[in-house]
Amino acid sequence: MIVFASLLAGLVFGLGLIASGMANPAKVLGFLDLVGRWDPSLVFVMGGAIAVGAIAFFFARRRTVSLLGAAMKLPTARHVDRRLVVGSLLFGVGWGVAGFCPGPALVALGLGEAKALLFVVAMLVGMGVFEVLERHRRRRRPNRADVLPGQEVVT
Amino acid sequence: MLIDWMAFTPWTALAGGVLIGIAAAMLVLLNGRIAGVSGIVGGLLKPAMGDVAWRAAFVAGLIAAPFVYTLLAPLPTIQIDAGHSALVLAGLLVGMGTRYGSGCTSGHGVCGVSRLSRRSLVATATFMAAGFVTVFVLRHLLGVVGVGP
Repeated sequence: MIVFASLLAGLVFGLGLIASGMANPAKVLGFLDLVGRWDPSLVFVMGGAIAVGAIAFFFARRRTVSLLGAAMKLPTARHVDRRLVVGSLLFGVGWGVAGFCPGPALVALGLGEAKALLFVVAMLVGMGVFEVLERHRRRRRPNRADVLPGQEVVT
Repeated sequence: MLIDWMAFTPWTALAGGVLIGIAAAMLVLLNGRIAGVSGIVGGLLKPAMGDVAWRAAFVAGLIAAPFVYTLLAPLPTIQIDAGHSALVLAGLLVGMGTRYGSGCTSGHGVCGVSRLSRRSLVATATFMAAGFVTVFVLRHLLGVVGVGP
């Protein structure tokens, strides 16, 4: 059931990305181009998603198990650190270069776009590099690694 | 600032956003998980027992979405202007950055902001600002529109 619910959530998420225009890098770049001819559509995408999300998380926060009986794995980290900011900066630059973030890239992959495949492979390599560097860091500083925020279940 | 009224699609954007919100609601209320695409994919790269199937299923749902969409409505066309080297660079940055920053547009931007998480508000403001500045530099300072070969 958990796996089926997950498949369905991924599917609805993808349909939302397509319908909203987020799956189209040209539209995303049109939003990020404040100085040129600005397309504010993405403000509405975020607004719609956050409005529904806020209601969902209002109820989710009050639960200890999910409706299907799984443990609620909500992020617990509170601390804003350098990793969060530097990581988000790198991500934002990459987002601005191609107009792709992870979700829309996977949807575009499903559209059969060869360029999306190239992006997704590079993204997986980037994530792989992170894993390798993390393993290296953990070996070097075994005591610090576990208490450092930023490695929780959050996305 | 000049609004591009021809490209502006508030209603489909809002409807798509609501669908994204519903998907995030489903994942957290049914499975107790945050719908953060970079985290879900990243978790597949260090697989743990009993933690793979739901992640793979979510990714499969995303990839299958265009096919299901065609059953309901004609697919909108998408346009990828970035060249091959730009796509590789962007992919590497997005892959590393989202893992270091613990999230992307979905996990921080949608779920985190919905929860009013301070970390997510900071992350979202940061990657948005970086995106705005990057496009400004590429398009208006360097004059690159398609970004490279």
